[in-house]
Amino acid sequence: MSSVAAIEPAQASGQRLRERAFRTATFAAALLVLALLGGVALSLLLGAWPALAHFKLDFLTREIWNPVTDKFGALAPIYGTVVTSFLALLLAIPVSFGIAIFLTELAPVWLKRPVGVAIELLAAVPSIIYGIWGLFVLAPILQRHVQPWLIDWLGPLPLIGRLFQGPPYGIGVLTASFVLAIMVIPFISAVMRDVFEMVPDVLKESAYGLGATTWEVIWQVVVPYARTGIIGGVMLGLGRALGETMAVTFVIGNAHRIGSSLLAPGTTISASIANEFAEAVGDLYTSALVALGALLFLITFAVIAAARLMLMRLDRRALSSV
Amino acid sequence: MSRRALRKLVNALALGLSGLATAVGLFFLGAILWTLLRSGLAGMSLQLFTAMTPPPGSAGGLLNAIYGSVVMTVIGILIGGPIGVLAGTYLAEYGRNARISGVIRFVNDVLLSAPSIIVGLFVYELLVVRMGHFSAIAGAVALAIIAIPVTVRTTEDMLNLVPQGMKDASTAMGAYHWRTITSVIYPAARSGIVTGLLLAVARISGETAPLLFTALNNQFWSSNLAAPIANLPVVIFQFALSPYPNWQQLAWSGALIITMSILVLSIAARFVVSSLGPGGRS
Repeated sequence: MSSVAAIEPAQASGQRLRERAFRTATFAAALLVLALLGGVALSLLLGAWPALAHFKLDFLTREIWNPVTDKFGALAPIYGTVVTSFLALLLAIPVSFGIAIFLTELAPVWLKRPVGVAIELLAAVPSIIYGIWGLFVLAPILQRHVQPWLIDWLGPLPLIGRLFQGPPYGIGVLTASFVLAIMVIPFISAVMRDVFEMVPDVLKESAYGLGATTWEVIWQVVVPYARTGIIGGVMLGLGRALGETMAVTFVIGNAHRIGSSLLAPGTTISASIANEFAEAVGDLYTSALVALGALLFLITFAVIAAARLMLMRLDRRALSSV
Repeated sequence: MSRRALRKLVNALALGLSGLATAVGLFFLGAILWTLLRSGLAGMSLQLFTAMTPPPGSAGGLLNAIYGSVVMTVIGILIGGPIGVLAGTYLAEYGRNARISGVIRFVNDVLLSAPSIIVGLFVYELLVVRMGHFSAIAGAVALAIIAIPVTVRTTEDMLNLVPQGMKDASTAMGAYHWRTITSVIYPAARSGIVTGLLLAVARISGETAPLLFTALNNQFWSSNLAAPIANLPVVIFQFALSPYPNWQQLAWSGALIITMSILVLSIAARFVVSSLGPGGRS
């Protein structure tokens, strides 16, 4: 007992010191996470400033993108980003919804895990792989089999016909949207699956007890209950689609113009940066590209923040897959 | 048709479509893997791992690119991993209920989904502009920034799974909090933390966008961290878009190597968590 008492004070002060050091280290690391976001925002704003100061609001409203005469407007990339993401979601939402239903309500237990893991692996495939696959496999198939059909059958229609004009290039806005859709499916379906699983069994069982079919239970009980989570998952997918770079860069064709046809080449914010940044000559050109990045940051930040706020109310741990 | 028959029909139709949707998802995974195997295996040879990236038209391999990727991924995880684990520790232990932790969790979740090309621009402004040239270390820092949110998230989740009773027992023995964390909580959550790190490695080893204007590329062998360095993703990007068949073939082989490594890592991570992990949720 006496020996304990003898070494106690010295040891205790050493322990206290380490306690404080460790605590400070963890706190500093946590603060660094905050600093990262702040640093990203600040550096993008500073880098974008010359271009924004030079072009003012014209930067957002003009389509011209001419490195030779140093005239830059972001309208074409903004348009491309919005259109490809919108189309991608249009394609991805029903498929993701179906996958989530299959995994939570239909699949036998032995099938649930392997299929679930396979879909999650789809999310682990790096985006550049989607790009190279889209360019060499998907684009030729679309060019030969799908796009001629769209041009022949949908092209002559009033209004929507304008979306399907011109030669079938293979690469272009439609192809980019298609690849994006494949990429965001695992993210959206993973969130949907997780929120569907959170619906209390009692609710579903009482609906079944009243004689509802499986689909009626899903549509009238599960979906309303999980509504916030579903929207959150879709927004998260939208955030991915808006910022996705490599896959789009391969297949969109990189044309700084706004074509009314979905079959025409276009560009997105991220594709423009990826293609041009390393080779950009001149301060204004570089700054214009950083300004595009700042714009992308603002848009995705708003979308992701909204998605996370919606998902925050749900159990964080259940959403670990995204 | 009776109302009952209609309801059954709608039900069968909807469920059939959801099965179809799953088949579509699996089909694309299969299609991508099949293309990779078919096109990638055609160029598989020992030379791939022993020779440098060639000029157009001549034979070569991917040794310098593989080396560069491994170096930057390792440095990236060595920087990002500890920061992520410490920050996750703060969120799960010291700052569990602190108001700032809510903000940090939210910001971390936003970073988790933020476009990686933005990180590339950030590191460009932060390091490349200041150093005056592209460099391997800039690429590694960009990858570290992408690894941090992944690690923070999984670490916090895994530490939260450690039973409170274990922590209380340690505290009751008179251990300081840091001692409890390092000697009781970390060992208990080890497999979970390792899983998080594996997932982070899987995430950053395929990242291309943040390397485009940080590490850039290098046609030759370079082990100088202050100089541009070759790396698989950017080599794949450049070679795939080139008109030269031998470059395109190398791009496919590189794509196969990278995808297989990542899939193995992802599956290994799931295996670790389900065989040893606390809670075992995948």
